[in-house]
Amino acid sequence: MTTVPDLLIELFSEEIPARMQKRAGEDLQKLVTNGLVDAGLTYASAAAFTTPRRLTLTVEGLLDQSPTTREERKGPKADAPEKAIEGFLRGAGLTRDQVETRETPKGNILFAVIEKPGRPAAEIIAEVLTHIIRTFPWPKSMRWGAGSLKWVRPLHSILCILTDEAGAQVVPGEVDGITFGDTTEGHRFMAPGRFSVTSFEDYGTKLKRAHVVLDASERAEAIWHDATNAAFASGLEVVEDKGLLSEVAGLVEWPVVLMGKIGDDFLDLPPEVLQTSMKEHQKFFSVKNPKTGRIERFITVANRETADNGATILAGNEKVLSARLADAKFFWENDLRTVRDVGLEGMAKPLADVTFHNKLGSQAERVARIEALARELAPVVGAKPDLAAEAARIVKADLASEMVYEFPELQGNMGKYYAQAAGHDDGLPEACEEHYSPLGPSDDVPTSPMSVAVALADKLDTLTGFWVIDEKPTGSKDPFALRRAALGTIRLVLENDLTLKISDTVFEHGKKFGASEAKDRIKAEASRLRREHADARDRDSEEMDEAVRAAGAAMFNVDEASLDLLAFFHDRLKVYLRDQGIRHDIIDACIAMEGNDDLTLLVKRAKALSGTLKTDDGENLIQGFKRANNILTQAEEADGVEYSYGADVKFAEEPQETALFEALDAAEAKIAPAMEAQDFASAMHAMATLRTPIDAFFEAVQINADNQTVRRNRLNLLSRIRTLCLSVADLTKLEG
Amino acid sequence: MAAPMSDTVSTPRSFQEIILRLQSYWAGKGCAVLQPYDMEVGAGTFHPATTLRSLGTQPWAAAYVQPSRRPTDGRYGENPNRLQHYYQYQVLIKPSPPDLQDLYLGSLRAIGIDMDLHDIRFVEDDWESPTLGAWGLGWEVWCDGMEVSQFTYFQQVGGHDCHPVSGELTYGLERLAMYILGVDHVMDMPFNDPNTAIPLSYGDIFKQTEEEYARWNFDVANTEVLLRHFEEAEAECEKILNQAHDDPKTGKRIIMAHPAYDQCIKASHIFNLLDARGVISVTERQAYIGRVRALARQCADAFVQTRAGGWQPEDAA
Repeated sequence: MTTVPDLLIELFSEEIPARMQKRAGEDLQKLVTNGLVDAGLTYASAAAFTTPRRLTLTVEGLLDQSPTTREERKGPKADAPEKAIEGFLRGAGLTRDQVETRETPKGNILFAVIEKPGRPAAEIIAEVLTHIIRTFPWPKSMRWGAGSLKWVRPLHSILCILTDEAGAQVVPGEVDGITFGDTTEGHRFMAPGRFSVTSFEDYGTKLKRAHVVLDASERAEAIWHDATNAAFASGLEVVEDKGLLSEVAGLVEWPVVLMGKIGDDFLDLPPEVLQTSMKEHQKFFSVKNPKTGRIERFITVANRETADNGATILAGNEKVLSARLADAKFFWENDLRTVRDVGLEGMAKPLADVTFHNKLGSQAERVARIEALARELAPVVGAKPDLAAEAARIVKADLASEMVYEFPELQGNMGKYYAQAAGHDDGLPEACEEHYSPLGPSDDVPTSPMSVAVALADKLDTLTGFWVIDEKPTGSKDPFALRRAALGTIRLVLENDLTLKISDTVFEHGKKFGASEAKDRIKAEASRLRREHADARDRDSEEMDEAVRAAGAAMFNVDEASLDLLAFFHDRLKVYLRDQGIRHDIIDACIAMEGNDDLTLLVKRAKALSGTLKTDDGENLIQGFKRANNILTQAEEADGVEYSYGADVKFAEEPQETALFEALDAAEAKIAPAMEAQDFASAMHAMATLRTPIDAFFEAVQINADNQTVRRNRLNLLSRIRTLCLSVADLTKLEG
Repeated sequence: MAAPMSDTVSTPRSFQEIILRLQSYWAGKGCAVLQPYDMEVGAGTFHPATTLRSLGTQPWAAAYVQPSRRPTDGRYGENPNRLQHYYQYQVLIKPSPPDLQDLYLGSLRAIGIDMDLHDIRFVEDDWESPTLGAWGLGWEVWCDGMEVSQFTYFQQVGGHDCHPVSGELTYGLERLAMYILGVDHVMDMPFNDPNTAIPLSYGDIFKQTEEEYARWNFDVANTEVLLRHFEEAEAECEKILNQAHDDPKTGKRIIMAHPAYDQCIKASHIFNLLDARGVISVTERQAYIGRVRALARQCADAFVQTRAGGWQPEDAA
C-alpha cells in the first residue's frame, strides 16, 4: 500500500539579504522538485516561502518511494571475445551468470536486465537536499566558524519532515554537523526559543503564533494595507514603490507600520530628494499630501510590536531621518550657492577631472562631443542649434553637484532644479531632466525638440564611443547599458518621426573619438604629416585637421564600427518591433533594401509590408512571387543567362499572359511614384493587386513552352514580376 | 505572547560608562580585553589584534577600544556627528562562535538598550577594505533605523582566505552613545558621570583638538614631508620583510611581521593625511591604495609564517 506523504523543508539561518530571498525560494523549489522527480519521486504540488531568516519549501502528495525500474541492455554475442563480454558486464554491473543469452536471427546475443529497486522517499530526499545545500546558487556565499560549508550567512538548522496519516517523521540526514530535525524558531525578539512542528499547516500556525508571517506576499500586503490606512486617516497618501515594498517585506518577519513626521526645516527640499534620501538610507515610504503634492510624512516598517506602540522606535527613526536630511539640505544649499555664483557651466568645471571611461576620456570631453553632436542633430529634430548646444553643455553639470555625488539616481532631476535656479528657461531645465529618457521600454519619450536633440546626442555618443573602442555588449554582459541606449535611440527616432541617417551620423561622430581620445598618438601623426608635407604651413589648417581626424578614424576603424553599430541597431529594432507584432523576417526583408540606416523609413516599410501580408491578396502574392522567382532562378541557372528585360506583349499567346502584361504596366505606374514618395502602403497595395493576374497566369500558362521565343518572353515576364516586387522589399527573405 | 525579558539593566549616564560596560561584558564572555594600538589608524580593524590575528589557525578572542582617525572627516568640532578622531569598539573572535548574534545582542542589552522597546535589525552590508585586501559578509546593525554596528564574518584578509573564519564586531562608540544618552551633538555628550565634582563633556575634551587637527589636516600638514614618509614607510616595510627568517644574532627564527605591519599602518595613515590635504588625484588614489594593499599582503604572508600565525616547527621540514 502506498501513501502520499507531504514534505516540509526549512533552512533556518542568520539574516538573508532581502534582495536575495525571492530568488532563493524559487531556486530551492526548482532544485528540490527537479531532484526528486529525477530520482523518480513525483509530487502533486509545491510552494516556497521566505523570511529574513528562513527558506521554506512544502511539497505535497509525494510518492513514498520511487518506482522500481527495469532496464534491458543488449550486449555482444555470447561467443564474443572475453574482453568485450567483460566490458559489457562491467557496464551493467552484473556477473556472467546474471545475464541471459537469447537466440536472435543474428545469433546468440547476451542480454542484461538491470533492475533498480525503488528507494524510500526519505533516503532520496536526504540525498537531494544535502547536495542542494552544498551547491546552492547564492549570488554570494560565505563560510563561518571552523566549518567549510558555504551559505549566504551562517546556517543554523535544517527542518526536514515527511508527514502522512501516521504522523510526522524526521528525514534522517546531516550537513556539516547540522542534523535534520523537526524544530524551528519564531521571531527573534518576540518569541525566542525553539519548537517542533508536525506538518506544513502546523508549521504555519505555530509560526504565526510565534510572530512570524511566513509568506512574503502576505507581509507585503499587510504593510501596504496598514500604510495606506495610516496615511488615509491623516488625509494623506503613500507614494507607491513596489521595489521598496518587496525589499521591506524581506527585512521583517512581523511587520508593524509606523508613520512619522518630517521636520519642518526639510519640507521645502525637492520631493525627489526627500523620497530618495528616505528610501535609500532608511527604507522609508514617502507620504504625500495630495492637496499640495508635497511629501510631508514617512512610513517606516518595524519588525516588532512594543509596549509603547512603537513610540520609542518612531522617535529614533525620526531622529535618524533628521540627521540624514540635514546632510541633504546642506548639499542642496551648497549646490544652489554654486549655481548662483558660477552658473551651471561653472558647476560642470570639475567634470574635466572625472574620468568617464579610461579609453573615452573625461566627462568634460564627453560633454564636448555631445555638444557638437547635439548641434549637428538640432536641424533634424527641429531645435535651434545654438540652444541645443547650450543645453548639451549644461545637462551633465549636476554630475558635479554634491547632491548627485551623494545620490547618483537623482541625476537629471537635480539638473532641472539647478538649471531653474541658474535662471535658464526655454526648455533647458526640462532637457536636463529628460535627456536620459527613455530609460525603459515603458518610459515616456521626450518630445520637445531640444530634449530630443540632447537625448539623441547623449545616447549616440555613448554607443559610438563603446563601438569605436570595441567594448560591445556580449551575452548577458552589458555593463554600460548599451542595449538600453540603442532602444532609447530607436524610440526617440521613431516616436518623433525623425529622418536620421544613423551610420553617417555615427561615422562622422566616430572620427571625433579618434581626434580627442588618442591625443598623443594623433599629435605624433600630425607632426609626421607636417614633416612629410613641407608646405604644410601654407596649407589651410582645416585640411590639416581633417588629416589628423582621418588618422584618428583609421586608428579606431570608425568605418567598421559604424557598420557594426548599424547591425546592432537592426537587431534591437527587431526585438522592439517583434513586441509590436512584426515578424523578424519582415524586418529582414526591409533591412535588405536601400536606406536601411533611416530607421523611420525602415519601420514604415516594415509596417506596410506586415499589413500587406495580413491581407489575403498580399499573402498569395508572396506565393506567386516565390513561384516566379523559383522558376526564374532555375531557368537562369540552367541557361546560364539572366532574364532581366525584353518581355514583349506581342509574343503573348494566352489572354492571361496579356492580362499580366497590362497588370504589370498598371502596377508599375502606381508603384514607382509611390516609392518615390515613400508611400509604402500604396506601393504595396498596388503590388498586391498583381495577385489575381499572377495566379491566373500560372494557372493558364506553361512557362517552359516548346517555342524558345515564347519561353524566353515568359521568363522575361517573370523577371518583371521579380524586379517590381523586389523594388518594394526583399521578399526572398520572407519565410513560409 | 511577548516574551518576558529581564531588561533590568539601567541606562548608562556617560560615554565612559558605555565603554566600561562593553569592556566588562566582553571580558565576561571570555575575550582578552586589549588596550588601543599605539599608532594612528583609520579604524579598529587596523589593530594587529584584528588584521593579523584573523589569519592562521590559532583561536583568538579579543576586545578593545581603538581611537581612530579619519582626517577628511574633520569639521572643526562643529558638525554634530562628524569627527576626525573618534572611538571604535572592536571585538574579534576566531572561530566565529555559533551564537555570535546573540552575544552581540547581549552587549546591546548591557549598555542599556531595552530590546522590548527598540527595533533591532540586521541589514545586508558587505564589508571590504581595499587597503587591507580584505573582505567579508555580514550586516550593518540597525537600532530604530540607525546604524549602530558593523557585523562581519571575515572571508579574506591580506589576500589570504580565513580558515577558520573570524567574527568581527565594530561599534561606532560616539554615535551609539549619543543615541543611548539622548544627546544631539557629540560635543554635548557627558564623557564622565555628569554628577561628579568635575563633570567633563566630550566637547571639554575634544572640541579644541578637533579644531587643531582639522586645521593641520586640511591646511598645514607638510605634504612633501608626508610624501617622503610614505615612501620611507613603504621601503622600511619591504626591507624588514626581506630579512632572513633566522636571526643571525640569536640563531632564532624571528620573522618580523609586526614591525613590518607597523610600517604598513603608517603608510596607510599618511595616505589618509595626504588625501585630506587634497594632493592626491582620483587616478593616483587607486595607485596609493594599491601600494598599501601590497604591503598589507606581504605582512599577512609573513604573519602566517610565524607561530602566532599558525606556523609549526614541523612545517619547516
